[in-house]
Amino acid sequence: MDARTEILDRIRSALGNGAAPPPVPRDYLRTAECADPVELLTERLADYRATVRHCGPGELAATLAAVLADDPRLAVPYDLPGEWLTGYRGEVARDGDPAPLTVAELDDASAVLTGCAIAIATTGTIVLDAGPAQGRRALTLVPDHHVCVVRTDQIVAGVPDAVAALDPRRPLTWISGPSATSDIELNRVEGVHGPRRLDVVLVR
Amino acid sequence: MTRNPLVGELPFPEAARRELSREQLRRNLRSATHTIRDKRARMVAEVPDWEELRVAGSAIKADVLARLPELLTRFEAAATAAGARVHWARDAAEACAIVTRLVRETGTDEVVKVKSMATQEIGLNEALEAAGITALETDLAELIVQLADDTPSHILVPAIHYNRSEIRDIFRERMAGTDPDLTDDPRALAEAARRYLRERFLSAKVAVSGANFAVADTGTLVVLESEGNGRMCLTLPETLISVVGIEKLVPTFADLEVFLQLLPRSSTGERMNPYTSMWTGVTSGDGPQDVHIVLVDNGRTATLADEVGRQALHCIRCSACLNVCPVYERVGGHAYGSVYPGPIGAVLTPQLTGVAANRSLPFASTLCGACFDVCPVRIDIPQVLVHLRQQAVDERRGHPSAERTAMRAATWIMSAGRRYTRVLRIARRATRPLAALLRRRTVRRLPWPLSAWTAERDAPLPAGESFRDWWARSREGS
Amino acid sequence: MRIGLFITCVNDLLYPGTGRAVVRVLERLGHRVEFPVEQTCCGQMQANSGYRAEAVPLARRFAETFAGYDAVVAPSGSCVAMVRDGYPRLLPETAEVAARTYELSELLVDVLGVVDVGARFPHRVTYHPTCHGLRMLRLGDRPMRLLRAVRDLELVELPDAEECCGFGGTFAVKNSDVSGAMLADKCAAIRATDAEYVLAADNSCLTHIGGGLSRSGAPTRPLHYAEILAGGGR
Repeated sequence: MDARTEILDRIRSALGNGAAPPPVPRDYLRTAECADPVELLTERLADYRATVRHCGPGELAATLAAVLADDPRLAVPYDLPGEWLTGYRGEVARDGDPAPLTVAELDDASAVLTGCAIAIATTGTIVLDAGPAQGRRALTLVPDHHVCVVRTDQIVAGVPDAVAALDPRRPLTWISGPSATSDIELNRVEGVHGPRRLDVVLVR
Repeated sequence: MTRNPLVGELPFPEAARRELSREQLRRNLRSATHTIRDKRARMVAEVPDWEELRVAGSAIKADVLARLPELLTRFEAAATAAGARVHWARDAAEACAIVTRLVRETGTDEVVKVKSMATQEIGLNEALEAAGITALETDLAELIVQLADDTPSHILVPAIHYNRSEIRDIFRERMAGTDPDLTDDPRALAEAARRYLRERFLSAKVAVSGANFAVADTGTLVVLESEGNGRMCLTLPETLISVVGIEKLVPTFADLEVFLQLLPRSSTGERMNPYTSMWTGVTSGDGPQDVHIVLVDNGRTATLADEVGRQALHCIRCSACLNVCPVYERVGGHAYGSVYPGPIGAVLTPQLTGVAANRSLPFASTLCGACFDVCPVRIDIPQVLVHLRQQAVDERRGHPSAERTAMRAATWIMSAGRRYTRVLRIARRATRPLAALLRRRTVRRLPWPLSAWTAERDAPLPAGESFRDWWARSREGS
Repeated sequence: MRIGLFITCVNDLLYPGTGRAVVRVLERLGHRVEFPVEQTCCGQMQANSGYRAEAVPLARRFAETFAGYDAVVAPSGSCVAMVRDGYPRLLPETAEVAARTYELSELLVDVLGVVDVGARFPHRVTYHPTCHGLRMLRLGDRPMRLLRAVRDLELVELPDAEECCGFGGTFAVKNSDVSGAMLADKCAAIRATDAEYVLAADNSCLTHIGGGLSRSGAPTRPLHYAEILAGGGR
């Protein structure tokens, strides 16, 4: 008998003629209450030691230029809006335009600039789903500095709101602050393998 | 054959005695468990619907177990349709053989690994090594433990038994290319590990992972992590092999709304862990193009057959129960002899192996109940412990046992009021001369097996007059 | 109301003063307490050690002995937890009497509606909330509310109060080293309070704690809180 058949048989015999599956009580909050999502997201991101900047749509290019001032080489997804980069003076490598950047090229970039799918205020989380202005997963992983643009209309209150808004068929990366470890005597050290700096620019 | 990752060399009381004597270990453990437990308490307190989330989490897992055949086949179909290849393994040996074959087919002899309890449980690293394949652990703590040729002592923070200078020494002696002047600053140590692993990540062809959740409806796998080593492994290599216990399913993607709230706060005491990756089969141009999922039984169906014990399969490996357990806090993970230590290990391990292989674990608890209170999926660990104690006792029926004789005698005495009254009187009379001699109501040394009690505690002697004698004297006449 | 007193085997033999104290408190409040002499032991040791078959006759016996009472009261958190949580799983027909079985502070505060029992005890004390009282019965602050109403009592907080003392029934013998390590920490916390007495709702835990304190030469003495409510002194 093959393993699949045998395991399924074992499960059926373990369950016997078991009763119908029990109902799942869902009395938890399906939509989080949140008076000021922008303020909460800002506060929660700062808790993770991510840097947050606020700006209006007209100030975005200048704000990004300031955030990226020390980064000589910037990786961006092929569909990043051109107007985001009008103030940036360094070298720009577009992933997938014309070809995907190699791992070495990604490693060579000092920063990466993307948008996001949504952001979760309660947990200070940014979710990327490989949609517009986000690119593939490796792009936001290898460079050491991630700058992420979040529009305030992309902010949802809580985790259930986020799960409801996302499409599981897309590769999803939930990011809550810079990479971190607490493996040495529980001392938190920011920055191990993922980007060591996370800067979020919130656009009204 | 290397040792079974679920069975220790010594029974728990003896292993615990060995660990208790390690002063540094006890200090590390105390500080670590208290730090995480306090963080967890703060993070849970800010969630207004925590109890409702626990109830839902528990019910979703119960529903998964009740519909497991249906959900597993649905998961397989969805993952396959999305481009993954699904394999089934009855036990550890079969799972290791599948992974070994898949790695060999890629033509490489080195894999990078994301921290995974399932791969530890099946002894995958040892099996790969025996096949000439190097498996490199990339989680910082797992790397430390692997370099030290040691075993993890905690589910979440496996190197918690090492302090910074010990870690520095391990790096200097065993991590190739380490600066001999490396300091013991945690920042410097993390940087050293980053440099050591980075070139390996960037050139790795094959990664092996586990999964925190597997979504039946969509075929999606979910991994939660902190360092980014998980993202490196899940994103950069060409081939990804994920080893997943059959109980890791959730029915729908929407069900993650419960577990993504329960797990990070219970586990690391964070609102959310730094990185969570979700992938469904193969995405063209993004991440591994050769994706495998190995579904593992390895004792889970036997656990499922036990109506009381099966709730241990609800476990989402958060390790909150370890951090509040007074026993774990003092002895650490190695005393349990299994990759699953602490309260959850004491109920899960004996069920995965059969109680006969781990008879002492169900007794490694005072039944204080702290574990149940923090369990995000409401596993009644004390209830399962008592249930497994009964199996451990029943399994030895037919063998002579002083304990069973004593228990039976106690029940016999206590099954009749008169007999009981008589025995109380005898106990008092027999000890009266001793009390008179000692001029106190405590003794400092008792014969075996109660000598274990008097090793560190005085024992009381019966009172001059039992309650029932007082009652009879003072009430019956009136 | 017919109140049946379940004294428990440990109290009957080793701590009769605790039982006498329960009688005194309830009678002073104007209630009649009965002690059915057929009672023996709740069977907790057997059940928790894996001897279910040996515990069942004791559960049946308890249910028969206390069938006619409106309320059953016991000065022991762990025995009440055994009856209320354990019995219905062991023997379903005990569920009814199990639901009417109370730890002393529950009977006083919830059933009789009393917080001030009219006691005086001019000493410095600390209180250890035992695991079964805390996490199975969810006694909450009931014992503390009763104690705060005692005249002249100085109640000081016990550090890490919610930590288990390491008793755990046969655990103290089967895993005596770990139990001893837990006990040492509990005793150190108690000594840090400078209390004259350490109180609890369970004499089995107090036997363990008291045995540790006495062995280490600590001056603090263990005492069941019922004896304070009765006016004090053993």
